[in-house]
Amino acid sequence: MRPASESDGALMSEPLHFHFDVNGDDFTSAGEASVQVKKLLRQLDVAPELIRRISIAMYEGEINMVIHAHGGDADVFIAEDEVTIRLRDDGPGIPDVEKAMSEGYSTAPDNIRALGFGAGMGLPNMKRYSDSLTIDSLVGKGTTITMVFRF
Amino acid sequence: MLTVKRLAEALNANRILMPEPNREVTGGYTGDLLSWVMGRAQSGDAWVTIMSNVNVAAVAQLSDTAVVVFAEGVVPDEAAVRAASLHDINLISVPEGAFAVCAAIARMLEV
Ligand SMILES: Nc1ncnc2c1ncn2[C@@H]1O[C@H](COP(=O)(O)OP(=O)(O)OP(=O)(O)O)[C@@H](O)[C@H]1O
Ligand SMILES: [Mg+2]
Repeated sequence: MRPASESDGALMSEPLHFHFDVNGDDFTSAGEASVQVKKLLRQLDVAPELIRRISIAMYEGEINMVIHAHGGDADVFIAEDEVTIRLRDDGPGIPDVEKAMSEGYSTAPDNIRALGFGAGMGLPNMKRYSDSLTIDSLVGKGTTITMVFRF
Repeated sequence: MLTVKRLAEALNANRILMPEPNREVTGGYTGDLLSWVMGRAQSGDAWVTIMSNVNVAAVAQLSDTAVVVFAEGVVPDEAAVRAASLHDINLISVPEGAFAVCAAIARMLEV
């Protein structure tokens, strides 16, 4: 984790920006970025229930990038009244976003299911826990997911 | 108040890790599919599961459950215990199945 902008952000006039690389072939460290963000939000005294929603939604997105897209990167912007999370990958893309959003739909392979993933609930959780969710996906190119959480 | 310590004693559980013995247990959830847990479990729940890999620690941490209760005598793998210890996650294990454990926890919570 590193602050990506020069501003110290103490006045919160400009959003704080953090950038994370999400390693695609390391399952054991998957979720590290979300855990870091959780810690950051705690330091900033964000309400616990909001922290919970934000960090779970980010974890779901992070895990999806690892499982379905060989990794990617994450940008987190923390402003005075909202948090924006942008998850970007160069994976296979999502051919049918509406279908992918429906509860229970999953293309996760058996070895991933054996770990407890693949319920087809990740994207629905991201939608439920965020105030807005935008999916921008191109087959063969990749996926960008943007979530906004308002304080 | 039902603390994790008291819950572990009442269940006669094997304490795998208990960095927060005085954490209050306010409810329960059972399930092995991690996204269901993240979508449905509440902060303060006892999470009963037979899933034992490292991702359990992350899910418990992010969901803010009070304790992970491994049913059927399941023992979490080393990576899971290591990750849980980094984040002060309580882990206990019991020989009974999830149904029996949940019933016992429900009695203690008087739900
Ligand atoms: N970043 C991504 N790149 C490509 N496909 C994706 C991506 N994220 C999700 N998908 C597709 O959308 C489907 C549904 O995603 P969702 O997170 O809801 O479920 P899942 O990851 O399969 O299971 P769960 O999240 O419950 O463990 C996935 O199975 C996959 O086909
Ligand atoms: Mg998912």
